[in-house]
Amino acid sequence: MTTATTLRPADVDAARVWDVAARVPDPEIPVLSIADLGILRAARVEADGTAVVVITPTYSGCPAMGTITEDVGHALRADGYQNARVELVLQPAWTTDWITEEGRRRLEEYGIAPPSGASAVRQGPVLMGLSVKCPRCHSLNTRELTRFGSTACKALYSCRDCLEPFDYFKVH
Amino acid sequence: MSFASHDSATKISAGSAISAEEIAASGATAEPDVATYALYLGDDALMLAQRLGWWIARAPELEEDIALSNIALDQLGHARFLLTYAGTAWGKTEDDLAYFRDEEEFRSCRLVEQENGDFGQTIARQLIFSYYQHELFRRLVDSNDATLSAIADKALKEVQYHQDHAAQWVLRLGIGTPESHERMQKGLYYLWPYVDELFHDDDLTRDLSERGIAVLPSSLRADFDRRIAELLAEAELEVPDLPGAWGGDRSGEFSEHRGHILAEMQVLARQHPGATW
Repeated sequence: MTTATTLRPADVDAARVWDVAARVPDPEIPVLSIADLGILRAARVEADGTAVVVITPTYSGCPAMGTITEDVGHALRADGYQNARVELVLQPAWTTDWITEEGRRRLEEYGIAPPSGASAVRQGPVLMGLSVKCPRCHSLNTRELTRFGSTACKALYSCRDCLEPFDYFKVH
Repeated sequence: MSFASHDSATKISAGSAISAEEIAASGATAEPDVATYALYLGDDALMLAQRLGWWIARAPELEEDIALSNIALDQLGHARFLLTYAGTAWGKTEDDLAYFRDEEEFRSCRLVEQENGDFGQTIARQLIFSYYQHELFRRLVDSNDATLSAIADKALKEVQYHQDHAAQWVLRLGIGTPESHERMQKGLYYLWPYVDELFHDDDLTRDLSERGIAVLPSSLRADFDRRIAELLAEAELEVPDLPGAWGGDRSGEFSEHRGHILAEMQVLARQHPGATW
């Protein structure tokens, strides 16, 4: 598993850059940091002192990436780094398996159902998911209204028990 | 300060983010042939995104507005990566390539340029293209070109949603009512002459596939045909048996629709050069 805990650099200077970036919230889900979401992939300090942070997009067309790039830059400058750079990598492709336990818990508190299982075990031609739990009343009696939702990474569900609609973070 | 501009995906590096050395080594620059191949794929995605965007607020139900616009957004994301990469060969940005090329300089296939028609025709186009893209990206992941491989890896998961969405509608419309069945079948007939072009090999793709960089288009055909036939049989629809349309060999020859698409897509950038949101 390449979660945030295992990715944090061992090198002290690089780890400091990582920790600054790890506090940047996702602009669309402000209760989560980019580290919680698995968007933050690496951090390092180059020979000339430039702080480099590496992020990966959740989906190719994710409009939040621009904002995240800027926010990370601001955070690094505020922390005293004169020169900073944010790089985007595509491979390995982001997966919901990289969302931390803490991240999943906060998603649910925020009213978004976390991914219902691991991407790594999903196989076959038909996209199947496990039951999705309503973040409001915790019922499993829910249904998918549309697989495409308010953002690329979410689907829209509704709960048959409390009747409320809610966002679901798709297994990806 | 060297932050990537917030409105450009120009700062793309390929390869595993786990190793700093790999990232440092990835100031990837495409050679002209590879860049042209990236245009084939990127222009397809760009045109389809533009076509699908028309449906926003016009689809049969709100959920479908959201679905088609999400699919368009994914395709636009693929186009941005591919055009950005292509531009490295000629010192151009994604915006230069999208907004300041003329009709004959685009390399998109005719299928994605076809009009939306009714909902059945749009779904038929989506089905054909998503099934083709799935076969393409599934193999392009193994490209020797690190950037193309990374883009394919990223795009593949998204295309799985697209093809699943198209397939669900084909089943629903095919088995639905006589009216929905007829319209779905008509959509497939209308678009089928443009299928051959997706699998057309030319000197460029032959050369690049021999070098392990590109996927030979014709090599995707058998799997595409088999999967489409399985789905259409289940949907009680016929696989059209029609000859391919003339032309369409990625040489820059274009359908009558391309100019209309570009007029709408490029007008703002050309009237107000340098405009940003």
